[in-house]
Amino acid sequence: MRDVAVVGIGIMKWGELWEKSFRDIFTEAALNAMDDAGVDKIDSLIVGCMTGGLFVGQEHVGAIMADYIGQRHIPAAHVESACASGGLAFRQAFIEVASGISDVVMAGGVEKMTDISGDGATYALAAAADQEYEVFHGVTFPGLYAMMARVYMKKYKVTRRQLSAVPYKSHLNGSKNPYAQYPFPIKLEDVENGVKVADPLHILDCSPITDGAAACILTTVESAKKMKKPYIRITGSAMATDTIALHQRESLTTLKSTELAGKRGLKMAGRKISEIDLVEVHDCFSIAEIIVTESLGFFKPGQGATAAASGATALDGKIPVNTSGGLKSKGHPVGATGIGQVVEVVKQLRGEAENGRQIKSNPKVGMTQNMGGSGASAVVHILEVA
Amino acid sequence: MFPSRIWREMPQRYRLEASICKKCGKRFYPPRLICDQCGFRKFESYNLPEEGKLQTFTVIRIPASQFSDQSPYAIGIVKFDDSLQLMAQIVDCDVDKLKIGQKVRLEFRRIQTDKSHGVLSYAYKLVPKWY
Repeated sequence: MRDVAVVGIGIMKWGELWEKSFRDIFTEAALNAMDDAGVDKIDSLIVGCMTGGLFVGQEHVGAIMADYIGQRHIPAAHVESACASGGLAFRQAFIEVASGISDVVMAGGVEKMTDISGDGATYALAAAADQEYEVFHGVTFPGLYAMMARVYMKKYKVTRRQLSAVPYKSHLNGSKNPYAQYPFPIKLEDVENGVKVADPLHILDCSPITDGAAACILTTVESAKKMKKPYIRITGSAMATDTIALHQRESLTTLKSTELAGKRGLKMAGRKISEIDLVEVHDCFSIAEIIVTESLGFFKPGQGATAAASGATALDGKIPVNTSGGLKSKGHPVGATGIGQVVEVVKQLRGEAENGRQIKSNPKVGMTQNMGGSGASAVVHILEVA
Repeated sequence: MFPSRIWREMPQRYRLEASICKKCGKRFYPPRLICDQCGFRKFESYNLPEEGKLQTFTVIRIPASQFSDQSPYAIGIVKFDDSLQLMAQIVDCDVDKLKIGQKVRLEFRRIQTDKSHGVLSYAYKLVPKWY
């Protein structure tokens, strides 16, 4: 297996981009990544997109995006793993370079979610749950995570205020991210006074509906050295799955797929969890960040809830979590989220994070954790300074 | 919701049939074609238990449109004595009085109406047992 590196990253301003199309937003991010890497040709394209079909009526996403980024005729594929589609695209691109099949591969992610009604978006997102035995009965995605939150809060005696500390911290970080959908701070009370979506979750516990795209250029470490540009090594890539239906899980307060992907990724990288300097995790809901950080092993069960309030996950904390603002503040264009996480970790490892959100302690090892559905899929990557 | 989708699920939705692995005895709802515990492929059907306990629940306040006339409504995960679990709406109750551990019983009810095809679909809901 060949050693693989990220040599280019590209993102664009995420948000409600009614003036831009599905293909436009992907092209914008993809060209930014190619410019960053200094390449005008790629050998292959993998695009993560959860459901272009339900959001904009467009499938066959690999071919359309290859054409519009000026790379007609290359191999191009669209991969899907719900909200982990971006993470999966990155993993498939890594595998393609590592195997020797291609030398320069773009891993991209895209989702255009605001061209349909809120009800249409709820329907499209629910397609990532068990349609016949969960959605059929009227559950929504916030509802699934709300059920996890209720058990977790009872088991570990967690307060509403402790839950609110997570979106508060995310918005504080995101307020400094020029690419974020909601780049402004919020108060703890704002979370608790917001509209109830699915008890006990309020609107500011939930990530938003977002249009956005991101892209990375991957190549071999050997080629990266010849390019004489800063590169970041991919030392671990792992994925795991679990039951799609929440009611069939052994536990509602841990995420087995995340736990397994985390362990496998660390083993591949030859690292311990204590050696990770920063992590971007899938905080689609406030409770998700808490349970994910515990499942990855950063905190013991029940202690993830107090991490944000105590400052342990802040920019200068023991383990900075979601320096970008996370899905909550940066936005959650489902198919692009996993690639957006990689873009942030690469920026931090290069020392290029904007507006004072650069971690001061000179991070060397970063992790991303991208999750699909209510945790039925999880993709973890370890990225390191060369 | 296409009629074929409802028809093929009648055994589990209308007759509340679950299945037991003939080799290891693990129970499944909905029925499966291979046991996730021992890999055996032969099963016997049995009726879901009538009563269980709420493991968790939420109150949906922003629902999908086909459930908008029922909002707010509770939905939760019930665990039966044999460890089998399923998800369903919790009805005929004050949602603010629900608690984890609440005893509930399964009842056959109408679930939703497909507005474009006019198909009514039925299955089970959970009714709290306050006594």
